[in-house]
Amino acid sequence: MIFPGGDIGKLSVYGTVNDLAVQGAEPVALTMAWVLEEGFPIEELAKLACSVGKAAAECSIRVVAGDTKVVERGRAHGCYIATTGIGRVKPSVNLSPHAIRSGDCILISGPIGDHGMAIMSQRAGLVFDPPLYSDAAPLHRMTLELIAKVPGLRCMRDPTRGGIAASLNELANACGLCFEIQEACLPVRPQVHSACDLLGLDPWIVANEGKLIAIVPPESVEISLQILRSHSIGSLAAQIGTVQDLYRGLVIARTLYGTQRIVPMPAGELLPRIC
Amino acid sequence: MQSTDFANPIHVAALVRQIHAKSTRPLTLMEVCGGQTHAILRYGIDQLLPPELRIVHGPGCPVCVTPAETIDRAIEIASKPGVIFCTFGDMLRVPGSQTDRNRNDLMQAKSRGADVRVIHSPLDAIRIALAESQNTTPGTPKRHVVLFAIGFETTAPATAMAIRMAKELALVSFSALVCHVLVPPALEAIFDDADHGIDGLLAAGHVCTIAGDGPYHRIAKEFKLPIAITGFEPVDLLRGILNLVEQLESKPSSHRVDNLYEHIATADGNLQAQRTVESVFAVCDQQWRGIGPIPRSGLKLQPQYASFDASTLFPPVKLACEQPSCCRAADVLRGKIRPIECPAFGTLCTPSQPLGAPMVSNEGACAAYFLYQSLSDKSLSKTPTPIEKLAPRASPIGPALLRITPRKPSPCPMVPVADSRPNSSRRFSLKTTQAPSSWPVAIALCSIGRAKTAWPSLPTRLSCNP
Ligand code: SF4
Repeated sequence: MIFPGGDIGKLSVYGTVNDLAVQGAEPVALTMAWVLEEGFPIEELAKLACSVGKAAAECSIRVVAGDTKVVERGRAHGCYIATTGIGRVKPSVNLSPHAIRSGDCILISGPIGDHGMAIMSQRAGLVFDPPLYSDAAPLHRMTLELIAKVPGLRCMRDPTRGGIAASLNELANACGLCFEIQEACLPVRPQVHSACDLLGLDPWIVANEGKLIAIVPPESVEISLQILRSHSIGSLAAQIGTVQDLYRGLVIARTLYGTQRIVPMPAGELLPRIC
Repeated sequence: MQSTDFANPIHVAALVRQIHAKSTRPLTLMEVCGGQTHAILRYGIDQLLPPELRIVHGPGCPVCVTPAETIDRAIEIASKPGVIFCTFGDMLRVPGSQTDRNRNDLMQAKSRGADVRVIHSPLDAIRIALAESQNTTPGTPKRHVVLFAIGFETTAPATAMAIRMAKELALVSFSALVCHVLVPPALEAIFDDADHGIDGLLAAGHVCTIAGDGPYHRIAKEFKLPIAITGFEPVDLLRGILNLVEQLESKPSSHRVDNLYEHIATADGNLQAQRTVESVFAVCDQQWRGIGPIPRSGLKLQPQYASFDASTLFPPVKLACEQPSCCRAADVLRGKIRPIECPAFGTLCTPSQPLGAPMVSNEGACAAYFLYQSLSDKSLSKTPTPIEKLAPRASPIGPALLRITPRKPSPCPMVPVADSRPNSSRRFSLKTTQAPSSWPVAIALCSIGRAKTAWPSLPTRLSCNP
C-alpha cells in the first residue's frame, strides 16, 4: 500500500498519466474504481485519497468520476484501484513501433529498477545508505516536450512491470528489428545493483514507475538527451543502444566484456532466489 | 551499468588473456553453484574462454535437487486448512511428481486458496508463528506455521537458528519440512562414476565460508582433481578458471585445493554456524532429484527437536512419482550435458512450462541458459571472442553517447522461442464503440491487462498497461 517514495494512490494516477503520455497524449481526465476489503482502516483510505488528489493536481489531470465497492474480509488484499484515463492527442502526432528503422537510437530517461527494488528490499528488510526510493513520477511533461521538439520521434514506452526487458522485447517484436543494448551505458544505481545481487534478480526485469524509453533517429539523439536531462526526473538520461536489422525481433545485450546474450521476455512473477 | 573491482573489464581482459595463453588442451571444468552458473551466462564468460575449455554445471541448485516426493508433501501440507506454509520464492513453481500441471506446484496450491507465503529468511517464519500464537481474536483459530527448509550448507544455519528459537519460545504451532542437502557427498557420488569426464572443480566460496574447505581436500586427493574455491563475480570466476588451467597444465599436473575466496572463506569455516547446525541436525542419507540416493548427504532433525518435524506431524499420503521421460535433468546435474544439449530445451521445456526442476528454479542451470541464451548456443558452436574486442572500461552513469561499430550481418542461428512467451497483445480484448472521428482521444486503462497499442482502422487509440 505504502512504499518508500510513494503509495498506490499516487501510483494509480501516475500510471494512468504515463500510459497516456507515452502514446503522445496530453492527460485530461481520469475515473477510478476502488475495491476495498471490509475492515480497511478509514484513515488509510483518507491518506490514499489525499495522495490521489495531490498527484492529480500535480499532473493537471481531473478525477471526473469514481466508484467504490466494499468486498468481504479476505476477498481483497486491502484495496485495489483501477483507473481509466482520457487524454488529448494532436492529430499530427503519429507514434508507433512500426515507425522504428534500423539505425535508430534507444534512449532511457534514468537509472532502471528503482521502483521494484525499493519495494522488494523493503519486503526483504534490506536498508541502503543512501536509501532507495521508488521512481514513481509523471512523464507527460517530458513526453510532450519531446513530441513538440524532436524531429522524427518514433515511439515511447514506460517500462513498468517486466522492466525494460519486457518493453524492449515488445517493441522489437512489433517492429521486427533487433535492439542491441550496451550494458556499459545502462544506468543502474549501485543500491539497485546490490539489492538485485542479494535477491538474485536482474535489473532488466525489475519494474519502474517513472522511466521513459524513447526511440529516435540518430540525428535527434543530442536534442532528445538535452530535453530529457533538462527535467529533474531525466537528469541521468542516456543512450543505451541502437536498432539494427541483423536478427528479427530480438533484444540483445552486449555485456561489459563485449560478449552478447539474448534478453528474453520475462515470464511470471519475480521470485527472489534462496542463496 | 557500473562495474565493481570484481567486475572490472580491464581485470577481466587480463585474466582472459592469461587463460588463453596457458590453455593447450581440451578441458572440462565443473562449477556447483547456482550463483556461479548465472554469472557465467549473464556475463557471457563462457564466450570469452578458449573453445576447447568447457564449463559444465553440477548440482548447484538446492531447489533443483529437492525430490519430487518432497514437493508433493509440501503441496499436500500447504493445502491443509489451518496451515500457513512459508517457503523461499523459487520453490513456488517447482513441479512435483503429478502429471496434472494444474495441481503440481505450490503456486497452484496458492491459487486454490492455500496460505503459501514467500519468506526471505527462516526467521520470518518464526515471526509469523509468534504472531499466530499471540493472536487472541475470538473466533479465529490459531494456524500452524510450516517452514519449507531447503538449501545447502549455507542456509542450514539459519534454519537451525529458527528451530532453536522455536524451542526456546516454546512455539507449539510451528514445524519445519526439512530437506537440507550437503554438497561434498554429492560431488563424491558424481566423481565415483569412472567416466565423469570432469578435469577440475570450481567450488562455491559461500559454502566454504560456512563449512570450511576440509571436505574438498579429501575430494582433491581421492579423485586427483584440482579444486579452486571461488566467488560469483566475473573476476572471481576467471581467477578460479585460470587457477584450474594452471594446475592442469603444469607438468606434472597438480591437484591442490586453492582458496581464491580468501577475503571471506577460511580453512575452518564459520565454527559457530557449524556448531548451531550440529546441535539441531544430524547427517542422514538423502534422495537427490535427478541423481538418486546419496549416503550421508542430507540433514534431519535431532531427536530433541522431533516435535518440530513437519514430516511426522503430517503423515504422508502415498503418491505415484513420475518424471517426464524426455527430461535430462539427471545428465545436466551430473555435468554430462549442458542444458542446451537437451532436446526439450526451449521448445517443450521453458520457464513458463517447465518439464524439470532445473528449468524452473531461478538458480537452475536450464533456466539460466534460457534466460541468458547466447547467440551461438543454438548451433552449439563457440566462436571465441578475439581478446582485442573486449570492451574498454565501462562508462559511468549517464553521459555516454554510443559509438557502436557495425558488425557483419549474419543470419540468426536461433529458432525463435516466441511461442512460449506470453503474447502481451493477446491477453485480453477491449470492446469499444466507435468514437467520433473528429475527436482524437487516447484512453488508458490501468491495472487490468494490455491491449493492442494501435488500432489503425479506428481514430481511437486504446492502450492498457498493467
Ligand atoms: S531443459 Fe527442461 S527437460 Fe531438459 S533437462 Fe532441463 S529441465 Fe529437463
